Amino acid sequence: MSVPGLRGTGLLGHVCAAVIVLALIVGAVGAWIAPHDPDFVDLDLAYVGPFADHLIGFDGRGRDLLSRLLAGARTSLLGPVAVVAVAVTVGTLLAVAAAWFGGMFDTIVSAALDVLFAFPGILIAIVVAAVFGPSLRSAVLALAVAYTPYIARVLRGSALRERAQLYIAALEVQGLAAVAICVRHLIPNILGLIVAQGAVLFGYAMVDLAAISFLGLGVQTPQADWGVMVSEGRNGVLQGYPLESLAAGLCIVVVVVAVNLLGERLTDRAQRGAR
Amino acid sequence: MTPLLSIDDLTVQLSVEGDLRTVLHGVSLEISAGEAVGLVGESGSGKSMTARAVSRILPSGAVTFGSISFDGRDVSALRGGALRQYRGEVAMIFQDPRAHTNPVRTIGDFMTEALRTNRGVPGVEARRRAAALLEEVGITEGDRRLRQHPHELSSGMLQRVMIATALLTEPRLLLADEPTTALDVTTQAEVMAILDDLRRERGLALLFITHDLELAGAVCDRTAVMYAGQIVEVQAAGTLHDRPRHPYTAALVAARPRIDAMATRLAAIPGRPLSAFEAPAGCAFATRCLHVQDRCREARPALRPLGDGVVRCIRAEELVGV
Amino acid sequence: MLRFLLRRLAMLVATLLVSSFVIYGSLYLAPGNPIAALTGGRTPSPEAIAILEARYNLDEPFLVRYGLWLKGAVTGDLGVSIPLRQEVSDLITQRAGVTAALVLYASLIILVVGIGLGLLAGLRAGAVDTTVVVVTTISAAFPAFVAAIVLLLVFAVNLGWFPATGEGDGFVDTIRHMTLPAVALGFTSMALVARVTRSSVREELGREHVQTARSRGIPFRLIVRRHVLRNAAIPITTIAGLTIASLIAVAAVVERAFAMNGLGAYLVTAASNKDFAVVQGIALVLVAAFVIMNTVVDLLYALLDPRVKVGSRAQ
Repeated sequence: MSVPGLRGTGLLGHVCAAVIVLALIVGAVGAWIAPHDPDFVDLDLAYVGPFADHLIGFDGRGRDLLSRLLAGARTSLLGPVAVVAVAVTVGTLLAVAAAWFGGMFDTIVSAALDVLFAFPGILIAIVVAAVFGPSLRSAVLALAVAYTPYIARVLRGSALRERAQLYIAALEVQGLAAVAICVRHLIPNILGLIVAQGAVLFGYAMVDLAAISFLGLGVQTPQADWGVMVSEGRNGVLQGYPLESLAAGLCIVVVVVAVNLLGERLTDRAQRGAR
Repeated sequence: MTPLLSIDDLTVQLSVEGDLRTVLHGVSLEISAGEAVGLVGESGSGKSMTARAVSRILPSGAVTFGSISFDGRDVSALRGGALRQYRGEVAMIFQDPRAHTNPVRTIGDFMTEALRTNRGVPGVEARRRAAALLEEVGITEGDRRLRQHPHELSSGMLQRVMIATALLTEPRLLLADEPTTALDVTTQAEVMAILDDLRRERGLALLFITHDLELAGAVCDRTAVMYAGQIVEVQAAGTLHDRPRHPYTAALVAARPRIDAMATRLAAIPGRPLSAFEAPAGCAFATRCLHVQDRCREARPALRPLGDGVVRCIRAEELVGV
Repeated sequence: MLRFLLRRLAMLVATLLVSSFVIYGSLYLAPGNPIAALTGGRTPSPEAIAILEARYNLDEPFLVRYGLWLKGAVTGDLGVSIPLRQEVSDLITQRAGVTAALVLYASLIILVVGIGLGLLAGLRAGAVDTTVVVVTTISAAFPAFVAAIVLLLVFAVNLGWFPATGEGDGFVDTIRHMTLPAVALGFTSMALVARVTRSSVREELGREHVQTARSRGIPFRLIVRRHVLRNAAIPITTIAGLTIASLIAVAAVVERAFAMNGLGAYLVTAASNKDFAVVQGIALVLVAAFVIMNTVVDLLYALLDPRVKVGSRAQ
């Protein structure tokens, strides 16, 4: 049995894809399937361990941890999805436009991307947080800006190779509009690489976004988020109650491992396909 | 007189994705001191693998049967210092000089590495010898060349560096694996002439691997023809071309475009060349032979003496002149 | 080589100029006027406004202001933090040492452990290789802040081998304080370097020129050193340089986790307090460090690979 989009990624690829899909579903509906109110504070229950239907106990403010993990999946997973969606869309457009028009336009786009490379994603996020105030939206925007040059640079190379193919020239001679050729032929032909790059970036985005929330510049407390939970749990760790930080950290690591492994396999496949 | 190199019933199996595949099947060949032997065949026939087995650089996981002995020593038993000593006495020249030189090391490093490492020759002396040998292969300004990197030299020049490097350890046997195939046509003849001259001057034995029957005839004393991991025929290089005794050799000769005869069509050999592991139980060439009979498919023919050579075909006598 | 060097330096200066402009300009995107931004939203007295306007040249056009700021920055004057009433350059120099030491220590760990593991896996197929691949796959997915929390829990809280917070005094104490943060910081990059080392060692081992060396009787140990490692050093340097450069930003997270008084942690505090002069100053310093690191990697690359003389890093 093989899912069409995963052909050639092996059993491990399918397992990873299943983990990711499951995580995304939890991200979408987690808040509703949470057994308790994730924001309900009862200081008397602070750091109380697993009990009855509180499967992994309570955090430092006596909130149900499992419910917070489930609710926190939303920002932790849909945030990176937004980053990747924006970066991949803008990056693909820039790459294809640069490859198509070439010349001056290409030079300017490439130079602008080179400058963006001088800014590490987390640094952009910190500056954006200083300007617009800390919020998930600022963080997503900052990371999308930081990742666009990575996508654009990789795709520009493949788009240029594709642009030089004879079938593109043949379509141009037939009088097809440039946009139609790009949308119907050029982009579909580099789609494998686009998807692979998106998967790889998703892993990075998830780690960086959680790190920004950990720094207090992304998702704001008391909202549940895995990065925020690792940060809030730090005091518990020092007092010998590590469950909150560890549980949230484990969620992040598991999803990132799955994303990285799948991304690697998709990249291999895209490169094999290009040969 | 004992031969310098003697390969006896050599069988090599490589492990490919967990399976063992036979690439050489019962190869026997002898080379005397100072003698040049050509090894001719299509790609995949096992020519290069034979040379690699002699120089002990088979891929890891390879299984070898039979024996190779050099100057009375059992090559497969050599270890450590004795193996290094042997590798100085048997030098190899590879097909693609660019791939076979380390791109980030200078020509000088490349040429003198074996001398410095295994013979303890001081760097200055090693470079002096290297420059002198460069002169002999027709490369001037040796000192400057020694400081250059491979990418600064043309392929032809790099192959001459390879030849000079091979001669630097004063070997007694050269293994040349298609040394001119990767070069421009214009430099092929030049490089071949240099190799041939230097070999004769020094009286070195040569195992010359090529797919070109005529070239082998021009530089070698004897020629061996390989097909599907087996030697199918050996005879004097001068006569092989005019008097092939194995149908495969005959087909090879016929497949060559000739300038003197106005052929309208080239006689291509029907079918594709087989590797040793796909060869049928009987004669390995049976699937493509024009003269095949039922008895050819029954048992694998042995390599048997005929005239001044050997041949692996049961119909060799009847087919002479056909 | 000289031309390559000059061109690379020109690119460095151009990138620094543009990035300084972006950093300076971006803070003017903030809603509200610069005075409000500079005073962190409090309502200053008219005198204060006049003084601030003069100090920050707010009556000048934007480009002139940028020019004056840049001129100051080049001479080490990054302005004054209004909330703290301290020179920004003083605030930075007090903390730069911690961040630099942390990044340096982490780089050392990355290079020694990463290359060591990669070599081991590259040269030894089988169980050793599989173990290294599994370990690095997992550690590559451990974000610095999660690694920090786990290390904190195991080695500081449970085992008590290392202190949980602070930077330490004197060499030995500093090393003791910095070990856990440095490991946390280098966790992901170490895995990356190990994997690149492994695959390039594998690739180089299979190259034809290694076969040549074998056929000439060069001992395996020397083949590994002179040919495999020397050639693999090119991709290893590239990936190590790039990931070490990226640590400069990630250090903020680790400094936070271990409550260290470094540049990154301070940048985060300044950003939360909207202390714009400090944000500008530290961002400029970090970006400069990042860009300079990348340039150094490019130069190293050209030094290691004689085929690259004209520039343009191979992708």
